[in-house]
Amino acid sequence: MRVPSWAGELARYAFLSLLVAWVLVPLAIATIYAFTPLEVYYSDAILPNSLTAEHLRTLWVLGAGEAFVRSVFVGVLTVFLSFLIGLPGGYALSRYVFPGRDAIKLGIIATRMFPIIVISVSLLKTFFALGLNDTLIGLALAHTAMALPFVVLITGSIFGGIPRDVEEAGLVFGLSSIGVFLRVTLPLAAPGLAAAGLFTFLLSWNEVFMASVLTLTNRTLPAFILVSAFATPTEPIRFAAAFLMILPALLFMLFARRYLVTMWAMAAR
Amino acid sequence: MGSILYRISGNPTAKALILLSPTIIYLAVFIAYPIVDSFRIAFMSEDGTITLESLDFLLSSPLSEFWDALRYTFLLAALVVPVETALALVAVIVLFKRFRGRDAVVYILAIPLALSDVAAGLIWYAMLTGKGFLNKLLIDLGLIDTPIQFFGYANKELTLLAIFLAEVWRSSAIVFIILFAGAQLINKEVLEAAEVFGASFYVRLRHILIPMLKPSLQAALIIRTLFAFQVFAVVWILAGRDIPVLAGEAYYSITELHRYDVAAVYAIIIAVISALLGLVYIRLFRETLRR
Repeated sequence: MRVPSWAGELARYAFLSLLVAWVLVPLAIATIYAFTPLEVYYSDAILPNSLTAEHLRTLWVLGAGEAFVRSVFVGVLTVFLSFLIGLPGGYALSRYVFPGRDAIKLGIIATRMFPIIVISVSLLKTFFALGLNDTLIGLALAHTAMALPFVVLITGSIFGGIPRDVEEAGLVFGLSSIGVFLRVTLPLAAPGLAAAGLFTFLLSWNEVFMASVLTLTNRTLPAFILVSAFATPTEPIRFAAAFLMILPALLFMLFARRYLVTMWAMAAR
Repeated sequence: MGSILYRISGNPTAKALILLSPTIIYLAVFIAYPIVDSFRIAFMSEDGTITLESLDFLLSSPLSEFWDALRYTFLLAALVVPVETALALVAVIVLFKRFRGRDAVVYILAIPLALSDVAAGLIWYAMLTGKGFLNKLLIDLGLIDTPIQFFGYANKELTLLAIFLAEVWRSSAIVFIILFAGAQLINKEVLEAAEVFGASFYVRLRHILIPMLKPSLQAALIIRTLFAFQVFAVVWILAGRDIPVLAGEAYYSITELHRYDVAAVYAIIIAVISALLGLVYIRLFRETLRR
């Protein structure tokens, strides 16, 4: 029996609409409730007819503002450190064939597989000994360990996508090999690297386990929310916290659209 | 001096190792050493003798929820991973052919991947709490009179359902993206040839698309199972310790009990489960590479 093609089309669009709603409705609801006046939220009204920034302000005063700034600091430092350390490695993996290359690559993939929970206890004790406990630098060092395997693998694949011919052309025209890297390879790789940098920032921004374990007074945003936000009985304040958390993620989605699928398939591996 | 530099710069192996050494050293100090150190923290007392006190605490202290944590962690993994894999697979099949608006749909389905688990927990709290969207909607439609209570110690089954929904919502995107990226590599000509020779949609699906997606499917499955054993923030936000999980118990051992040895044992248990799954993954990965 053959199903008429319009019925198939209809079923497909119905299913896709459901999927899209499944993703977007919870996001929209949490965002709207973050800005819903208290008396409306605690009434039976499903959606508000006016919005307020009051919950966001309250949350900010409770300490989310400082936590937000700390999270940005840790995220930026993590991106800086992991690229400083990992970018040369990624370049090496993409450009040189050498004995042990596959073993090193596999080893890097294996470290990504290891749950970060495992390293937190030991890092906490070491940080105590070094006076790095409850510091943002300590947390950034831990986040760098988490992000580094991703950075090496993703920069490796970005550099791998740049043809060797253009580098050789640079050499022919008299650039040194460092000159070729800085003036030919790097500019070509820049858009991909920027997207990878943003994603690395998000890895740090979203990480909550090490953040709550390694900091006590200097809490980053997710740690602050996990520990403090539930002290408040006012539910819309919690949703305001969710809104603050997802804001950079949505901005990232906007900027890195082109690289999304390739990079995420990579990041998930 | 100059000739040594020249020799190094001329030797690709030396160059590669110099460029890779910062990464290797950093991972050794911040990942390999802490893993080894965890065993010392877990099983060695202050005076350097080996002790199983931490394990004893884990198994028999009234403060420990180990068996429940193990049970719930496995239960959640067993519920979440198959459902989200099936969901993602169907989505990839439906999105296989190009059509107007496909990119936008892919883009939207990928959004949860960028979101934190903390946010995902809170978002589903907004959906399901007493004054949440679902309850208000059902009351408005006249389907229920009093709100369904998803949260609180007395409502564990429904809390588990809430965690399940939040986890599927959050992490289907990972499976979806891996499968979708895999589907992009499939040779469209093979499928077109099958269509020309009259293969039905089902035959094309069963004998071409799914076998060709198999490597991605295996990868996605293992990765998600691995992460499922680290489930933490969504559970902590929606259930606290009412529904204990392994990572949550590790967190609790550190922050509330200050028992680093116990936390280390939890970490090691999660790591051992992950390592076993990781070995399977690497074997599959090698097979995929060989193909």
